[in-house]
Amino acid sequence: MARILEITLNGRPRADAVPDNLLLLDYLREVVGLTGTKTGCDGGECGACTVLVDDAARLSCLTLAASVQGRRVDTIESLAKDGRLSAVQRGFHEKLGSQCGYCTPGFIMASAGLLRRNPHPTDDEIRAALGSNICRCTGYVKIIEAVKHAAALHAEGLTP
Amino acid sequence: MNEVAPTRTIGGYVPMVDGPDKVSGRAKYTADFVAPGMLAGRIFRSPYSHGEIIAVDVSEAAKLPGVKAIVTGAECDKTFGVLPIARSEHPLARDKVRYRGEPVAAVAAVDDATARKAIGLIKLKIRELPAYYTAADATAPDAINIHEHRPQNIERDVLFELGSVEQGFAAADLVREGSYNCAEVCQNQMEMHAALAEYDAVRDRMTVHASTQVPYYVHLMLAHILDMDMSKIRVLKPHVGGGFGCRTEALNVELICALLARKAGGTVRMVTNREETFITHRGRPETDIRLKIGMRRDGRITAVECECDQRGGAHSGYGVVTILYSGSMLYAIYDLHNVKYVGRRVMTNTPPCGAFRGHGTVDIRFAFESLIDQMAGELRLDPFAVRRANYLTAPTFTDNDLMVNSYGLPDCVDWVERESGWKARKSGLPKGKGLGMACSHYISGASKPVNWTGEPHATVKLKLDFDGSIVLLTGAAEIGQGSSTVLVQAVAEVLGLDLSRIRIITGDSDVVPKDNGSYSSRVTFMVGNAAIEAAQKLKGLLVAAAARKLEAKPDEIECLGELYRAGAQDKGLTFNEVVTEALTDTGTITVTGNYSTIPESHGGKKYRGAAIGGTMGYSYSAQVVEVSVDEETGVVTVDKVWVAHDCGKALNRLTVEGQVQGSVWMGMGQAMSEETGYHEGLLVTGNMLDYRVPTIQDSPPIEVGIVESNDPHGPFGAKEAGEGSLAAFLPALTNAIADAIGVRFTDLPVTPDRVYAAIEKRRRAGDGNGHG
Repeated sequence: MARILEITLNGRPRADAVPDNLLLLDYLREVVGLTGTKTGCDGGECGACTVLVDDAARLSCLTLAASVQGRRVDTIESLAKDGRLSAVQRGFHEKLGSQCGYCTPGFIMASAGLLRRNPHPTDDEIRAALGSNICRCTGYVKIIEAVKHAAALHAEGLTP
Repeated sequence: MNEVAPTRTIGGYVPMVDGPDKVSGRAKYTADFVAPGMLAGRIFRSPYSHGEIIAVDVSEAAKLPGVKAIVTGAECDKTFGVLPIARSEHPLARDKVRYRGEPVAAVAAVDDATARKAIGLIKLKIRELPAYYTAADATAPDAINIHEHRPQNIERDVLFELGSVEQGFAAADLVREGSYNCAEVCQNQMEMHAALAEYDAVRDRMTVHASTQVPYYVHLMLAHILDMDMSKIRVLKPHVGGGFGCRTEALNVELICALLARKAGGTVRMVTNREETFITHRGRPETDIRLKIGMRRDGRITAVECECDQRGGAHSGYGVVTILYSGSMLYAIYDLHNVKYVGRRVMTNTPPCGAFRGHGTVDIRFAFESLIDQMAGELRLDPFAVRRANYLTAPTFTDNDLMVNSYGLPDCVDWVERESGWKARKSGLPKGKGLGMACSHYISGASKPVNWTGEPHATVKLKLDFDGSIVLLTGAAEIGQGSSTVLVQAVAEVLGLDLSRIRIITGDSDVVPKDNGSYSSRVTFMVGNAAIEAAQKLKGLLVAAAARKLEAKPDEIECLGELYRAGAQDKGLTFNEVVTEALTDTGTITVTGNYSTIPESHGGKKYRGAAIGGTMGYSYSAQVVEVSVDEETGVVTVDKVWVAHDCGKALNRLTVEGQVQGSVWMGMGQAMSEETGYHEGLLVTGNMLDYRVPTIQDSPPIEVGIVESNDPHGPFGAKEAGEGSLAAFLPALTNAIADAIGVRFTDLPVTPDRVYAAIEKRRRAGDGNGHG
């Protein structure tokens, strides 16, 4: 069966006919064409597909598209505003929180979700918020630095 | 105008030039490309470990509506493999299957669901053969050959003795032996294997997007497998989500995808899942090591005898090279004489191993640094003193003819000793806490390429045009390690320009010069030197043009990046004015920079395969690891790591730190939790929960010290930074655990159940003493 999915995606309302069994991840990548959200595993293991649903981090590979009816969904493509990188994006770029970049959208969205609810996280709070995201390049040291840098930029007025 | 100065970035903290694409979601990886009308590709894999193929029945699958092409082993009788001497693998099995999960057939269909359904309709008839999952079983006297051309399932025997171990052991005050086992581990890079193949039937051309570290190897193997002229093939390497060695070889995924595209006469995208990515493998083999070392009372090593068995899997892959590295790289870190090595690469009915980060050196280093640590304890010597007693004196050649010009190991050792507070803290740690140290090293690119053609090792082109922008063309594959950034930096540094003047194009065989690829940590050293040469040539042309315009001699021209002038009083010319003058005669300028290794770096001929291990420069690393061991649960926590890495010269401190931290952490995964597991050849760890990768919650602070030994041949003095620090973590960890609880682990990974079992065993033996 298919249904009309109406959501606010990256700040814009849209409606698409989607099959009931379509994953939010595949909806974003294959239907909408937003390929910034990545597939890194066979379901719920790596966090690369993390998006925000009503500001809360969610694994889009374990979420049916139909289940976010009427909700607000934000992907990595939504963060840069007016051609400027967001605080978290700058943090990951400037502090090398990203190497190969494949896990990066998931980490950035999970970090953005963290800073939206907790603008001044401690190291332990950062670790807890990113505990279900796997990175294979960095050893996480610079990811923690990136999120702390992002929090500082956020405090100066940049959106997360 | 006097304040104009050349821009300098070498030695600074420089964010990656492709970083903005990665943090914004714009960076496209192979699976992100959508071509109009493309088909979805899927692979049918063998459910058997070993057997003769009687029939591959695809008749039902072919009838399924939406199926556009099916390929089987019948389509291709060629074999592929990274080493020209050891191509054992068909893209789709013919005659025999040799491991569970080996590709047997593949389908291209209108969508993924149809392709999956078709795969379910394929039937494989087989006569099963005995299968061997361990090196011991595969080499048992009654074992049958997995490959006819590899009797007793030995891929390669290596044997050398340089000096006399008999005399060496006779001169020792202490001789000890140890046996070590390191589990098979897998790269498990974040991006799963994927390919997009587009066949132009009208012009008989093939275009393939591949997630590869070496587009050139993919190009070679596509031409070979498809039996097409190389000039009809184009290979594109988009962003790549990590490699760590598994993408050094052309993989069956891209070859099968291309076979399907040609048969379908269209475009096929093949995206494997995580389990298939694990099965495609090319990880580090399970390794058994028996090591014997002789040592004098002062810590000086007098002899080394090492036996090494590697369970290589069902195909040759890099196997010959891996087993050779394990022997040759005993050298070039300490001053060793009287060394005997017996290496055996065995074929088994498991997925094929490959060149995992630290290729061939890691497990051997674990054994070596474990045993000398143990011997230091017996001789009541400080672990640091034992390393210091065995330093090389550079420049030198080792007994196996490896060239060592720069040697920063002593500075690395000093740095970690000082920064960790070793001397003050070592004896006063509370129960259950320990400190351990170890060292490691790695090559900056193999000095002889796998495919010897006589060409330079690296070629870089620079294009300068009317707009004043410089385009850097290189085949060096950026896979996240920062190679594009360092090459842009190298060119900008020579010309004194801001990085924004330079754009880099990599990964399109139609446009960029051939490159031997991103493996063995060769890019900074080799391609970096080629980039410097190209930039110097370009600078020469610009200086000549400026001299002409300013009516001065070229050697009077001062290049300040954005300004060229003849003396400090001269108003000079802007960069764009110089460019306009330079283009007058020739139009668009292109220059070429090349780099080749020197013959002295090519290793020796003292035994068969002695060239393996040769490089222009070795990196060095020392580490101190601090652990806490919970004796009630067996859980080991790494509290902190201090690591010093001699990279010759840090061209970009940010990416050097990132590479070193990533290496240490990857070593931690291997040491503490990562391990593939098979049941009757069936991979049972084909996901990221059962194949346990450390999370951010498990991962310690890693403090990096950069040591700069300024290699005389390195680009600006640089050597590699991305592999050499992996190996030392493993023994530094087990040495720290031994310090904490008095138990020395010789089998990896050191999981909590193993630690708990060891603590229980010791308790039952009545030795409840904590500190060792």
